[in-house]
Amino acid sequence: MIDPKVRRYAGWGAFAVAAILLLFVAPSSLSGFNLNLLGRFLSYAIVALGLDLIWGYAGMLSLGQGLFFGLGAYCFAMYVQLEQAGNKLPDFMGLYGLSALPAIWEPFHSPIFALGMAILLPMALATVLGYIVFRSRVKGVYFSIITQALTFIVSLLLIGQQQLINGTNGLPINDSSTLFGHSLQQTGTKQAIYLVTVICLGLAFLLCRYVSGSRFGRLLIALRDDENRLRFAGYNPVKIKIIVFALAAGLAGLGGVLFFPQGGIVSPASMGIVPSIEIVIWVAVGGRGTLIGAVIGALVVNEGKSWISTKSPDAWQLVMGALFVGVVLLFPAGIVGSIQIYGARLWARINKNAPPLGVVAAVHEAESEMSGAVEASK
Amino acid sequence: MAGSEIVQQAFNGLSLGSILLLAAMGLAFSFGLMNVINMAHGEFIMVGAYVTYLFQQKIAPALGGTAATHSGFYFILSIGAAFFVTALLGLLLEAIVIRRLYGRPLDTLLATWGIGLMLQTLARLIFGASNVAVTAPDWLKGAWNVTDSIALPYKRLFIIALVVICIIGIYLYLNRSSSGRRMRAALQNREMAACLGVATRRVDAYMFALGAGLAGVAGAALTLLGQIGPTLGTNYIVDAFLVVVLGGVGSLPGTVIAAVLIGVFNAVFELGTTATLGKVMVFILIIAFLQWRPAGLVTLRSRA
Repeated sequence: MIDPKVRRYAGWGAFAVAAILLLFVAPSSLSGFNLNLLGRFLSYAIVALGLDLIWGYAGMLSLGQGLFFGLGAYCFAMYVQLEQAGNKLPDFMGLYGLSALPAIWEPFHSPIFALGMAILLPMALATVLGYIVFRSRVKGVYFSIITQALTFIVSLLLIGQQQLINGTNGLPINDSSTLFGHSLQQTGTKQAIYLVTVICLGLAFLLCRYVSGSRFGRLLIALRDDENRLRFAGYNPVKIKIIVFALAAGLAGLGGVLFFPQGGIVSPASMGIVPSIEIVIWVAVGGRGTLIGAVIGALVVNEGKSWISTKSPDAWQLVMGALFVGVVLLFPAGIVGSIQIYGARLWARINKNAPPLGVVAAVHEAESEMSGAVEASK
Repeated sequence: MAGSEIVQQAFNGLSLGSILLLAAMGLAFSFGLMNVINMAHGEFIMVGAYVTYLFQQKIAPALGGTAATHSGFYFILSIGAAFFVTALLGLLLEAIVIRRLYGRPLDTLLATWGIGLMLQTLARLIFGASNVAVTAPDWLKGAWNVTDSIALPYKRLFIIALVVICIIGIYLYLNRSSSGRRMRAALQNREMAACLGVATRRVDAYMFALGAGLAGVAGAALTLLGQIGPTLGTNYIVDAFLVVVLGGVGSLPGTVIAAVLIGVFNAVFELGTTATLGKVMVFILIIAFLQWRPAGLVTLRSRA
């Protein structure tokens, strides 16, 4: 077994290497197009971290993360639209013949309000829904179904609101869009947004690591493995569930904010049922219950998606479908989890001479992590 | 809003609810029996609809008869074909995927969603992305004019009758046949049933196939109401899930009541507002109801 201390140093080392690669190497070596793509995937990774906390650790499969992601993106998009419009109305409102700015848009002139709402609105929605749902002890697949229904309904609502937020067309950025006075088409602005995304992802990762390693993180795992026992031990599962649901929603909102200027548009299509479940496949492929797995999954799956979709969109749908079935049937622990398990087995085989106890412990640890992943699926 | 308008809309809701019922029945039972949520269920509806289409286009002419019988008598046959093809598909899916995922409901949800996605894409590759239409039989055209302002289309009446027949069939199967009794035994107390010699795994497979077949019938019925496309199932699946949540798991009466309620409420709310707001209101009502009875309308009493 590798010494835990060594392991921790190796972890920090890997974190530092990744940070250097993303912050310094990628901007100078990747083309503008590819950097933009990477920035998008990194903002997805933030969403995936949130889902990993609530699903991988706490065992609640939320099919509503796309909704929170979309809400965050919409809040920020409203600010960008208003900055571009200045004292006038955003372009699309003119098309529908509106003469005055709807009251709900008014506060979004302030970037601080818009950014705050982008994170607080998803958190508030998650808290309210969580309170109602968790209080009546609705859980398991019921929770998944209800979050999915909510996502479906909100995206329908947005499609219906043409005058207010441009319906199906969504809110786009265009050539004259600016952010804090800088054109969004300029390379410098794009690089700055990319760097902010990397930093936010780093902070989100550290936050999730802190949360999952803390006492609260242990409560999350206890919640996943045996909720009743946790309740009998005197904890209030409702409170724990609401906190982690809100946290995941906030991270999804943040991901949405960072995605919008790099993706170039937010529309009801980017927050419906399908985008929500795509977030799940990122985490499942990467390895639920491991934070780095969520990040890797978001990057790998999206890289694969953009590569295959350029060849044939239908092919991607088939691949994604097969990915779901394959991961769940063959590798429920995902990329990172499988590496841990098979790595530990390999290690045990190579180190026949090593003290047997340590080897047994390593395999046990890896297998308990595996069973954790399986547990998360219950 | 005139009273006749409400009656008319409630009737439309009833026919929507009856389709939801067919779709939700399989979901409710496979969840009650196996703890399995089947996200590919909507695609079973779609497959059923395409089987009806294919039957009319290819098989009916091969069987002979005039053009009128192709869309007439053979339509009834095609409903049966839709049932058997989707039931077979369900049996296959159960054997290949679901059986391997016992005790992992959330994973089943993901795997079946993947399968649904693949089925949808295959349908798009085979039949094209644009919708196709099934010609309704001549004897289903027109409407029954109850009063001057209330007209009940024969197509919708036919669907309601079809669903009623299905429910009676299922009721008789569950309560009168030995196979159905085994199913109920497994539903109430799986371990005990297994101890007494019920092959619970085989019961699961039959139940799943039956649920899939019913979804296929729902698909065949939907061909009467409009054109069909690869995403046909997704329009109904969310509502069908809500039926399961509201009705309670594995209960025939609960599912029936919930489906009718959701169908009618959707249609009536739609009348005063828009289709979307109607859905929102139904959703809010369901969430509120779950505060009162978290397990749904009808719960199975069991000492297990």
